[in-house]
Amino acid sequence: MSVAVPGAGTEKHEHGHGSPPGSNYWNAEKGLWSWLTTVDHKRIGIMYLISTLIAFSLGGFFALLLRLELLTPRKTIMSPAMYNQAFTLHGAIMVFLFIIPSIPGALGNFFLPIMIGAKDVAFPKLNLLSLYLYWTGALFTLGSLVAGGLETGWTFYVPYSSTTSGAVIMVTFGVFVAGFSSILTGLNFIVTIHKLRAPGVSWYRLPLFLWATYSTSVVQILATPVLAITLLLLIFERAFHIGIFDPALGGDAVLFQHFFWFYSHPAVYIMILPGFGLISELIAVHAKRKIFGYKAIAFSSVAIALIGFLVWGHHMFVAGQSEMAATIFSFLTFLVAIPTGVKLFNWISTLWRSSITYSTPMVYAIAFLFLFAIGGLTGLFLGMLAVDVHLHDTYFVVAHFHYVMMGGTVFAFVGALHHWWPKITGRMFNEKLGRISGIVMFIGFNMTFFTQFILGSRGMPRRYYNYLDQFQPLHQFSTVGSWVIGLAFLIVLYNLATSLKSGAKAPDNPWGGMSLEWQTETPPPTENFRVTPKVTHGPYDYSNDPNATGASDS
Amino acid sequence: MSAATDSPIGPSDPKKHSPGWSIAHHFDTADQQFDSARMGIWLFLVTEILFFGGLFCAFFIFRSWYYEAFVEANHHLDKVMGAVNTMVLIFSSLTMALAVRSAQTNDKKKTVLFLLVTLLCAGAFLVVKYFEYTHKIHDGLLPGKWFHAQGFKHANAGMFFAVYFMMTGIHGLHVVIGMGLILWIMIRANNGEFSQRYYAPVEGVGLYWHLVDLVWIYLFPLLYLVG
Repeated sequence: MSVAVPGAGTEKHEHGHGSPPGSNYWNAEKGLWSWLTTVDHKRIGIMYLISTLIAFSLGGFFALLLRLELLTPRKTIMSPAMYNQAFTLHGAIMVFLFIIPSIPGALGNFFLPIMIGAKDVAFPKLNLLSLYLYWTGALFTLGSLVAGGLETGWTFYVPYSSTTSGAVIMVTFGVFVAGFSSILTGLNFIVTIHKLRAPGVSWYRLPLFLWATYSTSVVQILATPVLAITLLLLIFERAFHIGIFDPALGGDAVLFQHFFWFYSHPAVYIMILPGFGLISELIAVHAKRKIFGYKAIAFSSVAIALIGFLVWGHHMFVAGQSEMAATIFSFLTFLVAIPTGVKLFNWISTLWRSSITYSTPMVYAIAFLFLFAIGGLTGLFLGMLAVDVHLHDTYFVVAHFHYVMMGGTVFAFVGALHHWWPKITGRMFNEKLGRISGIVMFIGFNMTFFTQFILGSRGMPRRYYNYLDQFQPLHQFSTVGSWVIGLAFLIVLYNLATSLKSGAKAPDNPWGGMSLEWQTETPPPTENFRVTPKVTHGPYDYSNDPNATGASDS
Repeated sequence: MSAATDSPIGPSDPKKHSPGWSIAHHFDTADQQFDSARMGIWLFLVTEILFFGGLFCAFFIFRSWYYEAFVEANHHLDKVMGAVNTMVLIFSSLTMALAVRSAQTNDKKKTVLFLLVTLLCAGAFLVVKYFEYTHKIHDGLLPGKWFHAQGFKHANAGMFFAVYFMMTGIHGLHVVIGMGLILWIMIRANNGEFSQRYYAPVEGVGLYWHLVDLVWIYLFPLLYLVG
């Protein structure tokens, strides 16, 4: 199935003098302390991976509780106050502790330097500091569990956040700190891509995952400071009652929404752009074909990052902004669909007449194409002013958001985790089980969330504890779907965990990839490459590979 | 003062300067390392500008909403003290720039001296700020619900002082952090760690300090002068 092309197209131009043969980043040093003080980007990536997966499990646990509560129209397992806390923590954990840091922090950290042939990121110590800031932020955020909870929703809207009791300051401070972690990671990546590329790695030879990560980093740097000052103002507001945002004190609640979405709309591109990048890798490698429209995909990432800064007002169509502003924001929102469409069509064109291997990563990538298409198109419904009046704050929004964030980013993340699992751990997982997990997750996901499109279009408001009896069948179907998703993740967990113990030893290049991470050892040595690679071809140059199709489009 | 006999940038014997310095393992050349550090600092400054940008945005919004109250409250700021502080900070930016220059020309004594002057200016700024704050607190010119000064014609003067204390307070925090950083590179400069081969930390802290100065240059007219 796989064709290894060890070192194809790379020349060796110097002799390294790094770690001894046979040593790799796992066994180079031993003990917990060596991990906590490491500056190796790969080890930091692993710690991010474990941390964000723990956050994901916790957020997922809250999601299952929420769905269980919604099994019946009235009280099922928890009180209304607990329900509010559960959906707030589900959102806050998933957004700030999982989806924003997961792909850049875990996979970006691990693979970005390897993919450009560098030994590490530009600022390794700063990288470790990012991780510690993330942990600190996570401690404060999760500390709210024992410090009175939080009922504001993950958006911390004023006046909920200025008047309700609970650990608002604690959680917003945690998010504030985690934001600095995000900023420093973005800063590190931008400098690394600019300054540390190995000989021959030109901008147009960067794997598309890195174009996506670069665009993400720009957003992280430009948007996150605004969230920081917003949360700081909110903390001051709550601590000193100064009335920046609270109308009762002379402030403006809509101003909070402007500030918050000025960050948080670009932030959804922090969440999805790395996922786009991963899909480009998965599709090209597992279809063995040179990616179609490399530059179009690369620049569409940049375009999405830039346009993403100009659409925040579409979260506030019914919040009392002027009709003129709403119209402009609506128009700009439609603009985002263009670069997004460019990506989807280029991926499909890449698959066209290629030699698709239905490996686990490809199964997830194809699921992504279906789910993200639905998620993206329903975004256009919501961007339309008249339709949004009907759909805003309903389950339609919830379904749209989960189709892009879970159907998009999480599917890409899990697919890429399988794709790179052999390189990271040196072990192969069970292919069959992997494919099954992808299919089960796809089914469970659609059961859970497609149902919510229907619920939303029929008027089921989001965040409600009780609902009308007529909605019960759909709610129950959705809840059963959430159990299927849970099952799929248990399969993934079982598969990956057992592979560590009993999986076959992974070769250096199990999928026959052309980009640099496949040209080094498995698992990589501490310095990534025994000799600095010299790159003479693009990351998807399958044209010289007799087993690949699509040689004619080069 | 051996550096004085060297040409400003030209190496007499570069090895004797910054003896403890080396290129980190993941860089190929000193230039690559220095360029990376410089780019990192500039990107960090971008985030600082956006951070303060949110505050300035809030200031403009509330100023247009509560225009009369802002104009009235504005007269209660001490323009002389504000002007003195502006002078002090601009002068400290000059000495900071001179410190960077001295580090580049291997002039250890001058580097330390200029950094010391910068540090003293930063301290002077905070002392003046302390007197200003004390005076405001004494007069009851405080944020939001603690505002209890008498004789204001317009409501919401407390909003002005909320914005004033937050903007100058966060700026003041940056001054304090800057003092720590200046002290840190001053000690390192005194140990002879910087030279034409290696002065990235001096330049980085210098750029940060200029930004702190720049933010104040906008804060002073907006808060104190515009009526």
